[in-house]
Amino acid sequence: MKTLKTLALGASALAMASAASAEISDGKVKIGLLTDMSGTYSDLAGPGAVAAAEMAIEDAGAMAAGMPVELVTADHQNKADIAANKAREWGEAEQVDAFAELVTTSTAMAVYEIAKQQNKVVLVSGAASSPLTNDACIPSGIHYTYSTTALANGTGKAVVAEGGDSWYFLTADYAFGQALEADVTKVVEAAGGQVLGSIRHPFPASDFSSFVLQAQGSGAKVIGLANAGADTTNAIKAANEFGLVAGGQSIAALLMFITDVHALGLETAQGIQLTTGFYWDMDDETRAWSERFMERTGKMPSMVQAGVYSSVAFYLKAIEATGSDDTDTVMEWMRDRPIDDFFAKGGTIRSDGRMVHDMYLARVKSPGESSGPWDYYEILRTIPGEEAYGTLEDSTCPTK
Amino acid sequence: MLTDLLGFPPQVLFGQLLLGLINGAFYAVLSLGLAVIFGLLNIVNFAHGALYMLGAFTAWGLAQFLGLNYWVALFAAPVIVGAFGMGLERFLLRRLAGVDHLYGLLLTFGLALVIEGVFIKLFGASGQPYPTPAALTGGINLGFMFLPWYRGWVVVASLIACGATWYIFERTKLGAYLRAGTENPKLLQAFGVNVPLLTTLAYGYGVGLAAFAGVLAAPITQVSPLMGSNLIIVVFAVVVIGGMGSIMGAVVTGLAMGLIEGLTKVFWPEASATVIFLVMAIVLVLRPAGLFGRVA
Repeated sequence: MKTLKTLALGASALAMASAASAEISDGKVKIGLLTDMSGTYSDLAGPGAVAAAEMAIEDAGAMAAGMPVELVTADHQNKADIAANKAREWGEAEQVDAFAELVTTSTAMAVYEIAKQQNKVVLVSGAASSPLTNDACIPSGIHYTYSTTALANGTGKAVVAEGGDSWYFLTADYAFGQALEADVTKVVEAAGGQVLGSIRHPFPASDFSSFVLQAQGSGAKVIGLANAGADTTNAIKAANEFGLVAGGQSIAALLMFITDVHALGLETAQGIQLTTGFYWDMDDETRAWSERFMERTGKMPSMVQAGVYSSVAFYLKAIEATGSDDTDTVMEWMRDRPIDDFFAKGGTIRSDGRMVHDMYLARVKSPGESSGPWDYYEILRTIPGEEAYGTLEDSTCPTK
Repeated sequence: MLTDLLGFPPQVLFGQLLLGLINGAFYAVLSLGLAVIFGLLNIVNFAHGALYMLGAFTAWGLAQFLGLNYWVALFAAPVIVGAFGMGLERFLLRRLAGVDHLYGLLLTFGLALVIEGVFIKLFGASGQPYPTPAALTGGINLGFMFLPWYRGWVVVASLIACGATWYIFERTKLGAYLRAGTENPKLLQAFGVNVPLLTTLAYGYGVGLAAFAGVLAAPITQVSPLMGSNLIIVVFAVVVIGGMGSIMGAVVTGLAMGLIEGLTKVFWPEASATVIFLVMAIVLVLRPAGLFGRVA
């Protein structure tokens, strides 16, 4: 009985002490980064995303509001259940304050559910699907780097404007592919174009010849690739091999990362138009940061990786400024201020969680135009944030 | 017409059947290698996909670092990777002779993970491009589809490899020894035949076939560390359907499954990754030893 009393006393003393010490729960800021470390998306996110988050933390001196900042990472293998379990474990047992990266829509959606229950911040960089800031939105989620809406308003619109008014989709058969197809369909139809059909291919698919042949038979002017990573590069290779482009049809790679262009080689990738949220060779600031990233990883950053840095840095800035890692306090601070760094000039976070920033329409250079590895894009035009992401009124997020 | 009833013009159907045959050729060569290995070593070689990937990467490396072209790689890569396989057999797999299948499966699965992990670390998951050999670029318009010369070549090369394997195993003295080795290794050894050497050679040959398929695939898909793991599960299903250890069964089933998958890609694309497993389940219920397997 006596021991029990002592224990109870001790516990309450401890509780009081921790409540008094700071606004920072458990005395440190902990960021949990979930990404694809070894699968299809590991080049565009993966270890490079981890490196970007580490750089952001180091640049903040590994401290925020006088408390140490810690990064924990895990491989979610592009599987929603693994992502959800890890996020739950981190949130409950390890006092993780924010989740970051989350390539692959299904994993981001799963972590959104956990973060909603636990009231944690989510900084989504890798996942693309627009439902994250519409029906599936949560008050503490930020969709940071890009979205299927922006891709549709970028590449989709540009292709239609050039006369590509009949479309056929090759769509990765999961949430992301379907969201991208739906968003581009809206843009195409609004511009008076027509969608002749689509194929939902398994994710990941290894052979695209059959799908390319069906797309060829559709007679559509534009074959829209609503997929990503290796699926996109393999689809482009098959389209070239089966003479799709030679036959007068064109390919719209609706989501393409610089790592995909690097993997394909300029010989195959030249001329492809794409929408990106970031390119390393834009100005002195982007070059300076990207050179540092290159030194560390041996590769130039994808937009997802640059977005991870920017989102983590902004989150730490919010903690530093408010002196708290309380989700609501931090979210409020972040929504009230523009993001101004090498990644997003004057970016703003809307109440539906959308980070609105300028996007870029780029064309892949030919081998002759390129001065060497990673000199891949010619920026055709800047797409103003509002045009890329639409307005808040368009969002169907219930808590906006 | 059946095709009209289903709402697809015959051209589409012919095209898909031809493509199915091409993919089936890959399945055939890969499952053939698995069948050879299982037949002689009683090992379920889960490293097969990784070795197929190694074949493609060897071709890429030969071109990148030594400037050797596709045709050289088509012979050199299977030899190099086959030699690597013989090393694996000699120093690792041999220690598992006589123990439960499960151990061989675990070891080879672990090897596959290690090999893939190393290559992801070295080259990244997106992989490297490998050009189509100049002599086989372009294609021919068959009326119902455009057939790239290279894909046509894949079918020819695969059938040659399968035919050669069948000939070696069924019509040569070496093949007779190999078959005898599966039936009764002790007795064969008593006749003065070096059975351990035969086993090593057989594993090397199976691995060489995987590498050969890898070189064939290199110009078609990205040469990526993950190319094998995407394919290997399907190939295992093919081997199970055909009957573990049956050479003819592996080839015929490989081609047939390619065709079935090709048709599914037209009628129900979402299910194309699943249809082979459905066939596998049905076959396992009706004929547990596989279509061409003998009941033990």
